[in-house]
Amino acid sequence: MAVCIAVIAKENYPLYIRSIPAEQELKFHYTVHTSLDVVDEKVSAMGKALVDQRELYLGLLYPTEDYKVSLLSRLGIPCVKSMFPNQLHRYGYVTNSKVKFVMVVDSSNTALRDNEIRSMFRKLHNSYTDVMCNPFYNPGDRIHSRAFDNMVTSMMVQVC
Amino acid sequence: MPAMADETLFQLLHTQVVAAAYGAGRGSGDEGLRAGLTVLEGMGFRVGQGLAERLPQGALAFREELDTIKFLCRDLWGAVFGKQTDNLRTNHQGTYILQDNNFPFLTQMAWGQQYLEEAPKFLAFTCGLLRGTLSSLGIESSVTASVTSLPACKFQVVIQKA
Repeated sequence: MAVCIAVIAKENYPLYIRSIPAEQELKFHYTVHTSLDVVDEKVSAMGKALVDQRELYLGLLYPTEDYKVSLLSRLGIPCVKSMFPNQLHRYGYVTNSKVKFVMVVDSSNTALRDNEIRSMFRKLHNSYTDVMCNPFYNPGDRIHSRAFDNMVTSMMVQVC
Repeated sequence: MPAMADETLFQLLHTQVVAAAYGAGRGSGDEGLRAGLTVLEGMGFRVGQGLAERLPQGALAFREELDTIKFLCRDLWGAVFGKQTDNLRTNHQGTYILQDNNFPFLTQMAWGQQYLEEAPKFLAFTCGLLRGTLSSLGIESSVTASVTSLPACKFQVVIQKA
């Protein structure tokens, strides 16, 4: 189940961040913030690699203490996963306008398949695109759209 | 096919947008002209930002600046005007000239020199569109347009080096 979803602007400030349960909010803010370094590193690494098609989806991000990390790069470098109970996985995704999505997922119940994570990010991207095209939204503001909220809620609950 | 009417609808709407920007007595004199152009360019900028999110279908394929400009010439022009630009020139120092010999907003106006002074009003929105899309994709630029003979026009994109 997705426990935290964050949308980070190009300049690395949050446009939208939501987590459940609410008490752990500060911890998730910190988690997402540290993930940004990893995202930047991956993006710049992709820039140097001579691949024809660079993926927007970055895969599982870096591991620290009680988080499990595995790198799923386009070149098929194998991932090393260590299984700890109550593992929190962090996934990243970058759009063409350098807006980053970070998702923290609790995999204690079911191991979420890569495809499911990708489809969640695709839904996020589509909703973000809709927010961008909303004439009442100024790029760079925090996202207040109720439609976006509802979509995120459905992702946080459904994956349980 | 319903999709074929899209370009016509957009052209008609654009014509009215230009008229509205200069309507209500705003358009008199040089001041009014500049104000109108700024309004139109600003509109194009915001639209460009939204388009930059929607258009690139998938991967971060823009490894260099030139790829992004080519994307503008092919995909953006294709989505908005239903055709591609006819010519792209660059001096490899950050200046690009996109040439369109049959610019859709100008084809209905005249062929040749007639209405040359009015032409810039109909190009401002597109300048903003280009600038907005580039800005959203991470490239700051300044875009100007020039017409010598309708309906051919050139858009000059100058990339701002940090």
